[in-house]
Amino acid sequence: MAADTFSRRAVLKSLSIGAVAGSVLRVIPLEAAEYAHKMIGLEKTDAKTGAYTPKFFDAQQYKTLQSLCETIFPAEADSGGAIEAGAPEFIDLLTSENEEYKTKLAGGLKWLNSTSETRFSKAYIDCAPQQQKEILDLIAYRKSAEQDENLREPVEFFSFLRRFTADGFFTSKIGIKYLGYKGNTYLTAFPGCPAVPEV
Amino acid sequence: MNSRSQSFPAGLANSSGVIGRYLTDSVGSDLTGYFPQLEKMPVHNHDGVGGMHMYMPWWRFGKKNEFLRGYHIEFGGGRDMPGVGGFDYTCDQSEGYGASLKQKCRSSYGTFIGFSGRGEMIPNEHSFCELDPEVKDKWGIPVLRFHWQWGENETKMAADMQQTFRAIIEAAGGTVIGGVRRHPQKSSAGASNALEQQPAGRISVGGAIIHELGTVRMGNDPKTSALNKNCQAHEIKNLFVADAAPFVTNPDKNPTLTIMALAWKTSEYLLDQAKKGEL
Repeated sequence: MAADTFSRRAVLKSLSIGAVAGSVLRVIPLEAAEYAHKMIGLEKTDAKTGAYTPKFFDAQQYKTLQSLCETIFPAEADSGGAIEAGAPEFIDLLTSENEEYKTKLAGGLKWLNSTSETRFSKAYIDCAPQQQKEILDLIAYRKSAEQDENLREPVEFFSFLRRFTADGFFTSKIGIKYLGYKGNTYLTAFPGCPAVPEV
Repeated sequence: MNSRSQSFPAGLANSSGVIGRYLTDSVGSDLTGYFPQLEKMPVHNHDGVGGMHMYMPWWRFGKKNEFLRGYHIEFGGGRDMPGVGGFDYTCDQSEGYGASLKQKCRSSYGTFIGFSGRGEMIPNEHSFCELDPEVKDKWGIPVLRFHWQWGENETKMAADMQQTFRAIIEAAGGTVIGGVRRHPQKSSAGASNALEQQPAGRISVGGAIIHELGTVRMGNDPKTSALNKNCQAHEIKNLFVADAAPFVTNPDKNPTLTIMALAWKTSEYLLDQAKKGEL
């Protein structure tokens, strides 16, 4: 439906507009983040394959994005990881409406692949875990950029993706459960305040 | 200001020339601390209630300070509803990736307390609005153009806020992490807009605390004010201003209730004068 498509895009735009990369603080309303997760859920329910279709990234970029998100926030014994939480879908959906995100993320993925080609003659996604780790360790810490000016942008890219993955993860059901957040739940009786622990 | 005419060359009721002048806002400055001891706090059924904060009134009244007037502190934190940007600090601080980063995000969740100072500005002649000579709105009406300058008193006050907040955070066993309160989308109205624009640890941008007052100030002297004590124009008996514009100055608190009280007083006066046939 045309009207729905329009309002969907308007919401997405407003979602990502305050979130300028590099600004001190990216302010996206949580309600809008919830909306993005909901849209992704609806798309999956409606799709014959039950899968989300990336709106911005091509197939290889998207696989790489998924791999990076899961490396940033892996599954643990007590919780799902970034992929199960829907972080890659969240990132793709918001990026599809924000030019700055597009440049930043596509540029970062390009750097990853050209680096893996140079070092291992393979795309990043085809590298062995140890090889991927070697590349990521170059860009996962600000210290690298201080030592090598060429790494400044890739380090920024990874820092941005790390925040973005956290956004997608912690606004999802899995992420909220992982935190133990109990707010906004109905109480049938008021149990009183919990005891304050010894400090 | 758009009402210039032969009878009122400076605009309606503006022979004093003060209309548009002495615009004020609250002085704002913020600092956040990380308190690892809060990691032990149990999950609470009020987690997620937004905008809650403690209020600390000005406590150095009558003492010799580096600046005039005073400020109050609003401070708060806790486990706000998880939102976008709420984990930026932990991500940037921890760096790297993997399960340890994820766990750090969880353990540091709700361990930040933000301190916001809100103080009184002394109105000055450099903070004002006027008609823009060029820009017009879509109906061809000139728009307002704003000029802003904090005075020395305000910058001293903001510096004092920073020192005070730092001292409190450190005395309470925390670490200062920056000028921006966490989870800004859930803080009280006004603060949320302010924090986006405020450079870490410094004074807010004029207008950012959204306590804009003044520009049609009241006073006893028609040469230096536009309205009398009843918010009635000195020059035009049947012209009243009942909003934030009559304020000469504004203490550190939010002005809405005072705006309402003044408007009430003005309305009663207006009614009384109308009944007497004085308007």
